[in-house]
Amino acid sequence: MRPIIKVENLGKQYGFGGLHPSYMTFREAAAATLMKPFRRVRRRGLQPASAERLWALKDVSFEIEPGEVVGLIGDNGAGKSTLLKILSRIVEPTTGKFELYGRIGSLLEVGTGFHPDLSGRENIFLNGALLGIKRVELQRRFDEIVAFSEIEQFIDLPVKWYSSGMYLRLAFSVAAHLNTEILTMDEVLAVGDISFQQKCIDKVNEIREQGRTILFVSHSMAAVTRLCERVILLDKGRVVSDGPAAEVVNSYMGESLNVAAVREWPDPRSAPGNEVVRIRRVRVRTKEGDTAPQVDIRSPVGIEIIYEVLQPNQILTPSFDLFNEQGVHVFAVHDVGLEWRREPRPVGRYVSTMWIPGNALSEGHLMVQASILSYHPGLRLHTREPNVVTFQVVESAEGDSARGDYVGAVPGVVRPLLPWQTDFYQMTDMPPGDIGGRRVSE
Amino acid sequence: MAITGNESVLESVVPKRVAPGTRERGAQPSLALPEQPLITGGAPAGEVWPSLNFRELWAYRELLYFLTWRDIKVRYKQTAMGAAWAVVQPFVTMLVFTLFFSIFIGVPSDSIPYPVFVYAGLLPWTFFSSAVNNCSGSLVGSSALITKVYFPRMVIPVAAVGAGLVDLAVAGAILIGLVFVYGLAPTWNLLMLLPLVLITTVLAIGVGLLISALTVRYRDVRHALPFVLQIWMFASPIIYPQSVVPVKWRWVLTLNPLTGVIEGFRSALAGREFDWFALGLAAAISSALLVTGVLVFRRLERVFADLI
Repeated sequence: MRPIIKVENLGKQYGFGGLHPSYMTFREAAAATLMKPFRRVRRRGLQPASAERLWALKDVSFEIEPGEVVGLIGDNGAGKSTLLKILSRIVEPTTGKFELYGRIGSLLEVGTGFHPDLSGRENIFLNGALLGIKRVELQRRFDEIVAFSEIEQFIDLPVKWYSSGMYLRLAFSVAAHLNTEILTMDEVLAVGDISFQQKCIDKVNEIREQGRTILFVSHSMAAVTRLCERVILLDKGRVVSDGPAAEVVNSYMGESLNVAAVREWPDPRSAPGNEVVRIRRVRVRTKEGDTAPQVDIRSPVGIEIIYEVLQPNQILTPSFDLFNEQGVHVFAVHDVGLEWRREPRPVGRYVSTMWIPGNALSEGHLMVQASILSYHPGLRLHTREPNVVTFQVVESAEGDSARGDYVGAVPGVVRPLLPWQTDFYQMTDMPPGDIGGRRVSE
Repeated sequence: MAITGNESVLESVVPKRVAPGTRERGAQPSLALPEQPLITGGAPAGEVWPSLNFRELWAYRELLYFLTWRDIKVRYKQTAMGAAWAVVQPFVTMLVFTLFFSIFIGVPSDSIPYPVFVYAGLLPWTFFSSAVNNCSGSLVGSSALITKVYFPRMVIPVAAVGAGLVDLAVAGAILIGLVFVYGLAPTWNLLMLLPLVLITTVLAIGVGLLISALTVRYRDVRHALPFVLQIWMFASPIIYPQSVVPVKWRWVLTLNPLTGVIEGFRSALAGREFDWFALGLAAAISSALLVTGVLVFRRLERVFADLI
């Protein structure tokens, strides 16, 4: 398959400070020209120091095949938007080149072309022309665009009287009807209320199903993993990772939080704990025993803790707390196994694993807190280690998870797969006055 | 940066719509890619004076139309008098000038009634100076667009000139009225008004492109422009006839392309002989300024989004 986007060694340098030629005022430029003969002498004064120059993008190369949905992630200032701006031909790169084998359209900062004094109808045409949509095409799809934006009755009012939500909805509607082979999106899904966001996600899925190529910039890791097959991670202008969405997102999350799927304390003296007990290792594991930074939403996942008991005759309970990306405390759980529940433990090393069944957690990242407590004779907290390990619950769209046939964002901190029962009756069989369901007495 | 290929190529690569759900995640759609890239871009490789991409400009002609239409539509929004302002400004100026220069001072007007004489000068001048003025702020005023959407940036100042043309047409109606009021017999010379407007437009676009691009780079231009335009106005035979300038210095006046245009306007209205040499020179200088404007604009264009 030939790529639709080819990027080779793209770089973009920005200069700061008043001495870069691009930022000179006329007077400074004139002075610089007059000083030219003395340049050798004055060089130090006129050349910007290298510290004043910044590579917003450096040596970026990749290829994207038609139909791929690629996420661009990274911290603020990593160069994601600069890359989209170069590909959209808004800014020119300092080094390198790119080739696009299709037209490119942008949902970048929707609504920028709107004029407050013009009506919604007029702005649709103006915005369409800006995005390169032909007027006949706009006329043909006008009703569709207006219907999508849900502002039919206000379409002839100046947009300055619109609420910000209406304004954004109209803008997104125009842009969403772009018919280019390549589409770039920069955080557009953060538009409007929940039901409109759902519409936007459905629209993106529709665009994807048409086989068009999408470049998607977002800070929502859940949205990126759900919508993209592939993710490119940028850091300080460079590509640091490029691969399957779940893997790249996970390594990014782990790195930025400085937490992985396994945490070990090789030196017992620095291990968390007290004179009674100390934790030596915590990890996220699969049934097969492998350490797992990501787990399929349908598979069970184990949180394993290895700890050393240093004093005999202690009654101990290991405990875990799970938190999601939003910091919601998903659940707290401790060891209720009868074997050691009230048993004094001999000195030694213990390995305890807590198993979360498949189809229980919601997709996204989970942060684990590990603790060891005593309930007998009195309550005592020996050690508590927050953010000790992390893992990501990923979901594919194969249809046998609790997601079913729904493709949008599923709300909720847990996502159990629960049994449903539906009974069928012929209309005539239904006893009068009994609207569905069996009578309890049966 | 260039768009290669024509619209028929563009049509052929639009993917066939696949019914939702029939495509599996990760499966590749059948999509015919063009052999040559449609869009290429890269670091400038030594080409200091980029060429003008006419095909691309043509592809964006609808945008030019909509931006011009927007400028006109928005200009007189929430004004009580609306488009009448396009008439009031030159008309009142004409009255004031007639009062001071003709009645009080007695400036000669080549046997044309002074109101017609001065209005024929004010009309192209008002168009030119307001077009250049609007151009100077046009790019900076559209910074939100320039930093977010790609389109040939030239469309913005050209649309500013285009909106001025509409004002010119409205104000021109008054001129025709004046010709009748003063009983000047219409001749075939009136047909020359169109080429004269064309020369003025070429000049306005040329100077407008130059000014708009320079304003992005050097905001100083904004401060210098009103003052330069004022001098330019006095260097044009608007309130006085060319004949009052000593013959020795008349060539300086002729170098100003607006001299040929303004005298041409008067010849067209009064039915007198055209100064073909001055008109040809005005057309040549205007065209040269247009070429210069385009070149400078294209050269500075690539850094607009970084500077604005």
